[in-house]
Amino acid sequence: MSKELEYFSKKVARGLMDRRAFMGRAAALGVSASMATGIMAHADAHASPVKGGTLKAGMQGGESTNSLDPATWASDVPVSYGRMFGDTLVEVSPEGEIDFRLAESVEASADAKTWNFKIREGIEFHNGKTLTPADVVATLERHSDEDSKSGALGIVQGIESMAVDGQNVVLTLSAANADLPFLMADYHLMIQPDGGKDAPDAGIGTGPYKIVENQPGVRHVGEKFANYWDLANRAHADTVEIVVINDATARLAALQSGQVHMINRIEPKVVELVKRIPGVEVQSVAGRGHYVFIMHTNTAPFDNNDLRLALKYAINRQEMVDKILQGYGSVGNDFPINGSYPLFSDDIEQRVYDPDKAAFHFKKSGHDGKVLLRTSDVAFPGAVDASQLFEQSAAAAGIPLEIKREPGDGYWSEVWNKQPFCASYWSGRPVQDQMYSTAYLSTADWNDTKFFREDFDKIIVEARAELDAAKRKELYRAAAVMVRDEGGLILPMFNNFIDATGDKVGGWSVDSNGGMMNDKALSKCWVMA
Amino acid sequence: MLGDGVRLVMNSIWILLAQRIALGLLLLLAVSVLIFVGTQILPGDVAQSILGQSATPVALANLREELGLNDPAYVRYLSWLGGVLQGDLGTALSNGQNISEQIGKRLGNTLFLAFWAAVVAVPLAILLGLMAVRYRNRWPDKLISGMTLASISLPEFFIGYVLIFFFAVKLRWFPSVATVYDSMSLLEKLNAIALPVTVLTLVVLAHMMRMTRAAILNVMQSAYIETAELKGLSAFDVIFRHAFPNAISPIVNVVMINLAYLVVGVVVVEVIFVYPGMGQYLVDHVAKRDVPVVQACGLIFAAVYVGLNLIADVVAIVSNPRLRHPK
Repeated sequence: MSKELEYFSKKVARGLMDRRAFMGRAAALGVSASMATGIMAHADAHASPVKGGTLKAGMQGGESTNSLDPATWASDVPVSYGRMFGDTLVEVSPEGEIDFRLAESVEASADAKTWNFKIREGIEFHNGKTLTPADVVATLERHSDEDSKSGALGIVQGIESMAVDGQNVVLTLSAANADLPFLMADYHLMIQPDGGKDAPDAGIGTGPYKIVENQPGVRHVGEKFANYWDLANRAHADTVEIVVINDATARLAALQSGQVHMINRIEPKVVELVKRIPGVEVQSVAGRGHYVFIMHTNTAPFDNNDLRLALKYAINRQEMVDKILQGYGSVGNDFPINGSYPLFSDDIEQRVYDPDKAAFHFKKSGHDGKVLLRTSDVAFPGAVDASQLFEQSAAAAGIPLEIKREPGDGYWSEVWNKQPFCASYWSGRPVQDQMYSTAYLSTADWNDTKFFREDFDKIIVEARAELDAAKRKELYRAAAVMVRDEGGLILPMFNNFIDATGDKVGGWSVDSNGGMMNDKALSKCWVMA
Repeated sequence: MLGDGVRLVMNSIWILLAQRIALGLLLLLAVSVLIFVGTQILPGDVAQSILGQSATPVALANLREELGLNDPAYVRYLSWLGGVLQGDLGTALSNGQNISEQIGKRLGNTLFLAFWAAVVAVPLAILLGLMAVRYRNRWPDKLISGMTLASISLPEFFIGYVLIFFFAVKLRWFPSVATVYDSMSLLEKLNAIALPVTVLTLVVLAHMMRMTRAAILNVMQSAYIETAELKGLSAFDVIFRHAFPNAISPIVNVVMINLAYLVVGVVVVEVIFVYPGMGQYLVDHVAKRDVPVVQACGLIFAAVYVGLNLIADVVAIVSNPRLRHPK
């Protein structure tokens, strides 16, 4: 089957193209009507899940230092494996709404301070125990313990008290938060028996697959859990396997040779080449992750808003999307939110490259001499190239940037959040509040632009408690404009998640929450015969 | 008389051996200090590296306390050394796993790959060396030299990718991912490592082959070779039975260096073929500043080098009477 036909037939299967149009394209490609019908019948088979078989993924982001303790997870492989053997109370659906999992419903008090999660009944852990609301409370307790090293500590800190009420878990917050259910979708908050208090890395969950073989940094195997509560929608393959392949070329070779069915993190610079490989489909999704240059607004010379504005006008966003992301992304507008977020305001004027304005603000700032920008390969893929593009576009506006390349080793401990101007990235959050609370509130640990503004903090806290969507949207618009015009963030681009699948994968769907269908590809997809 | 002479020789060999081993151990101790100092100089500490970009000051402080990173450096070094002397390599700071257990598996894999590469490469290199001498300056010699020099000149990742492209992607004879695990049969494992073994063979072949050729050619100038030729032995018999034994010590030296390379120098090959050996394990833990693991790996690598060189020395001494009786 030609590459084009294969592509069109998949479009038909997804409902993106109608049959008549398909037959027309097929005829244009010189294919007979009977053959075209046959191809389409094949494509239709994608629609209903095939049970059984082994589904394999080759993934970057696994190290031999990985642990099964959800509190420690930070990279793709442990998170994907976690999504296989565990469940969270809720998930964020591909459309950005709450998808109920271990909780079957949630109710909030009018002030958004008390939240009542009703826990689904009759759910079994892999060790045979039945899930109780007490397990949920224990899990949250473990992550919110001040001594905890959990990556979710910041998320659960706002919970003042938790209680079990029959089949319900009642959470009382210290301050109102209309987004609480979204926070519960965090992958760290996988529910463990007794919260994993005695054995955090036991690898026991309620997920669709049981752990069979766990070799950190090498491979992770899961076997279908026969008593899984949602077998209709998940766990189509009998066995799933993650092979850790950190080398990009090796990963692609494994997909091409049919050793794995799907791979993550295709580099933008090779996407066009990968598209031409027969039997391989590139899966690109616009996400919330973004690449940034950050300035500390409390450190000279970046404490001068004119200098910040000068640099914001001196960057060529479109050029970066074209050259660094090869078009697999979209331009940013100097605030960390884009159309993938709920309650996004699309009427904020797009900032564009303007050497004249940049020169004007640079002159007005009174700064003399070079501006030092630190960068590194690890800041984001292509960060060094992007910094050089920045240097050139700034030079055209008469602003001398000096690029200093830092070693990748130790970049996150020695440069990021310490030096006043550097390249970095953010992987986005499910909701606006979480993004702003994580990195822009005065009190945030990772306030990496050192943005200390009481009026801004007030807007975010107010929006958090607001249950009226229209009012919230207005508040978030004001917050966005404030960061855009007065903050220390230069946000040239939002990057896409780019994965690739082989021709045996069925059930792949678009999920802008993250790569690999937000790390759920292995439990949601199936292997075609 | 004869018995006395042999005993004397054996005695001096034992003494020599003991000296060499003691020297080796001292070297290992020095290496362990060096590695420890090296990991201290690197920016950032293990707590920072474990938590990465998502490190909050509170989480950092908690983790540092728990990992005992607040003790002074020399205390940490001495307590580690004490453990090693009792055979305990400690637990990895980053994921709390037992290092000896983890390394055991990885080292087993590395040795498995190195073993099969050596089984193919060493006899092949020596055979090719002998053939090159037999047909010296004629086309077989030039062909062998040309091919092996070409294969050593190409970087190993390049050879690896070329082999993957043809044999894994196009022909699909062998897998491109060489991950081996316990539930595989020996035959499946051998199939999985076919490509990395080929790459390693190509990389180490030239060095050993050319040393064999040069060492034997050197011996071939001797008068006793002429005698052997005059007595009517076939060319190959002369080379294999008379010249080769006298050229053995430089050959063993080169073979040992290459064997050591097969154990400690294959990080690139491991990455390309996704082979779960020591190299990748070490790299992961260096990135996480997991000092106990880095020390353990470093110590093992150093031990492999020291050990193999020791063997080369002993073989050289035993095969050479002049070295057996130092004046």
